[in-house]
Amino acid sequence: MLHFERWKIILVALVCFAGFAYSAPNFFPKDSLTDMPAGLPDKQVNLGLDLRGGSYLLLEVDIDAVMKDRLQSLVGDIRKALRDESIRYTGLGVKGDVATVRVTDPAQLDKAMQQIRDLSTLVGGGGFSATPTRDIEVTNQGNLISVKVTEAARLARQRSAMQQSIEIVRRRIDALGTTEPVIQQQGADRILVQVPGLKDPENLKNLLGQTAKLTFRLVNNSASAQQAMQAGSVPAGSEILYMQDNDKQPVLVERQVMVGGDHLTDAQPGFDSRTGEPVVNFRFDSTGARLFGDVTKNNVNRPFAIVLDGKVISAPVIREPITGGQGQISGSFTVAEANNLAILLRAGALPAPLQILEERTVGPGLGADSIAAGEIASLIGFAAVIIFMAMTYGFFGVLANVALIINVALIMGVLSLLQATLTLPGIAGIVLTIGMAVDANVLIYERIREELKAGKSVIASLEAGYSRALSTILDANITTLIAAIVLFQLGSGPVRGFAVTLAIGVVTSVFTAFTVNRLFVATWYQRRRPKTLNL
Amino acid sequence: MRHLKLIPSDTKIPFIKFRHVAVGISVLLIIASAALTMMRGLNFGIDFEGGILLEVATDGPADIGGLRTKLGSLGLGEVQIQEFGEANDVLIRVQTPDEGGDAASQAVIDKIKGALGEGVDYRRVEVVGPQVSGELIQSGVTAVILAIILMLIYIWFRFEWQFSLGSVLALVHDVALTIGVFSFLQLDFSLQTIAAILTIIGYSMNDTVVVYDRIRENLRKYKRMDLGELVDLSINETLSRTVMTSGTTLLALFALYIFGGEVLRDFTFAMIFGILVGTYSSIFIASPLLLYIGVKRDWSGTGDAKVQQAKG
Repeated sequence: MLHFERWKIILVALVCFAGFAYSAPNFFPKDSLTDMPAGLPDKQVNLGLDLRGGSYLLLEVDIDAVMKDRLQSLVGDIRKALRDESIRYTGLGVKGDVATVRVTDPAQLDKAMQQIRDLSTLVGGGGFSATPTRDIEVTNQGNLISVKVTEAARLARQRSAMQQSIEIVRRRIDALGTTEPVIQQQGADRILVQVPGLKDPENLKNLLGQTAKLTFRLVNNSASAQQAMQAGSVPAGSEILYMQDNDKQPVLVERQVMVGGDHLTDAQPGFDSRTGEPVVNFRFDSTGARLFGDVTKNNVNRPFAIVLDGKVISAPVIREPITGGQGQISGSFTVAEANNLAILLRAGALPAPLQILEERTVGPGLGADSIAAGEIASLIGFAAVIIFMAMTYGFFGVLANVALIINVALIMGVLSLLQATLTLPGIAGIVLTIGMAVDANVLIYERIREELKAGKSVIASLEAGYSRALSTILDANITTLIAAIVLFQLGSGPVRGFAVTLAIGVVTSVFTAFTVNRLFVATWYQRRRPKTLNL
Repeated sequence: MRHLKLIPSDTKIPFIKFRHVAVGISVLLIIASAALTMMRGLNFGIDFEGGILLEVATDGPADIGGLRTKLGSLGLGEVQIQEFGEANDVLIRVQTPDEGGDAASQAVIDKIKGALGEGVDYRRVEVVGPQVSGELIQSGVTAVILAIILMLIYIWFRFEWQFSLGSVLALVHDVALTIGVFSFLQLDFSLQTIAAILTIIGYSMNDTVVVYDRIRENLRKYKRMDLGELVDLSINETLSRTVMTSGTTLLALFALYIFGGEVLRDFTFAMIFGILVGTYSSIFIASPLLLYIGVKRDWSGTGDAKVQQAKG
């Protein structure tokens, strides 16, 4: 146990040296690390949101809304298909998760079924089956036809909605210009967003809370909105929407969309050249420009509505055909609102609304206080343990303390190297590790004391102390490691940070307390060859 | 140079003699904890109950009574306000609205911010919806049970089923008492508490394993010694280590409790309590339980050859 091969000594020394080297960057200001020569460690520990301040959001994509949209557009397709073939029908609509329609003439049933079946497309097999399947399933009960979206199609749509949502969330957050946001999928329908160091977390939620579905539609001129509401009958193909800045003022808007927001190629905040009020300038792609040009040409002097998420932003009158593919949205915005709208329009619409399930925002003040408190607590805990060990075991206690210092360096080094996240409970994990790390040395030293008392020679006692304590040390530490791994599986954010430091600490403390400390003792013994031990 | 010795080297404390008393007291405490938890309940944090939590720093010392009337008139349901560490630091907790999802929660936060006006610093804002809090309870309970089962299996592999059963009963004891004290003091029971309980499970097991290891070693060494005497001997031989390790760990934790800030206080308290209970249970519960359960006396069999080798 006390004999070390030369290569082993070199290896242990290298590991310790690497620990110090990789933990070193944490003691320098971050700015000074950018011009470190290549190859030298320059990574600092990644601080968690609870230490650096920032927002943690758990979002849920409303997949049900996506499926409802899908059914609605399916109904539209069925209507068109049946009309094109002059098939008469009644009761076309959505019931639960199926679209239903009743064919009036039984003789036309087969033809209708065929028409609807022709609407289906193939989707790649989701999950384990690789064979493509139809996206809809058409069945009938007498004259009543039911159309159901297949499970494979549902999964495919869910996957694409998730990908699209993540992409759009990323674009919106990137527009805020924050550094190192984390955006990742969690489970089937959730998105985890972590944005460090945010000055205005409210604005982040504003940006993520909107679907940002923009449409340009004509205003129905045949009746005023008030008349339609009083009469209680809204003309077919139109709907009542309200102004964004005044939810009492209704506008009668055609359902037919002239141009959708998906045809925008750019949107920038700006100011109106005449009134000087904040506006958003936008540009259509070529298709959008052509569509917009055609509609405006045919509807000069009619008002049209710019609709965002079911609210009318503004309803200007078309003075002349707009063919250049450019335009301006004004809607008594503040500068910040215009800025946000431009971001939303550039990033595109979400396929479904996002619901915030969980939000944790820590201000920079609390984060800085937590770091300071954590530092003080670690230093005091560290000092207390070191003094206690030196008092109890004298010279051997000092050797254990050196191993303990190396241990802390290794923990910091591993955290920096892995770029694991250090949280406030993570700091607690380090402090706890400092307290528990000496356990292995205590086990060994107590064992050596016992062997000495039993009358063994110094060298025999040392040998026995290290070898007998090993299996106990391993058993005892594996139990803590098991607890840390379970905790890692359970936790997210701060708690997971605790599990990480605890697990790293268990591994490094066994190494330093058993191997590094043993190397010290062995070297000391070979130099001195003492006849007695003061332990 | 004389060294500090917390425990004299040749203790012969008859721990086993106290086993009926110790186990009796512990059973009573477990029953009391269970009763308390059922009757008085736990003070669940928003992690497990859902809700909105704001940590607010005011300019001067906070006027808690004034805040209470101010926020109470907003019609937000029950508003809990408490001082948090410093005199100008306040925790405000309200429930999430039953309907309206995150938009409604946001409206509540806006109302509170409006009522508090300018000049306050929002140090922390947390909103946990009912869906997530339900999942967190489930995964917390699962984690604790899973950890205990894994310990059971590990000790079974390394020792014998009797040891495994004894150590796990001691774990259940530690967990029950920790939950009991949280109910008694009505401390905030959160995800952090679950983390603390898992750490306690790891630590208590660690402590128990060290004593069990010695018992196993002595079972080989003293084939004819009375089991009670042997357990006593083993506990006494490892007592110095047990006290030392608990001592250093508690030193570190007390530093954290006093200087680590308000956010960690309940978390650290749980660990300090757990380590005291865990140390007690390894000596007074886990080891004496072996006497009730009984152990295999013949350890010369082949099943243990591996351990022997590792030690040789």
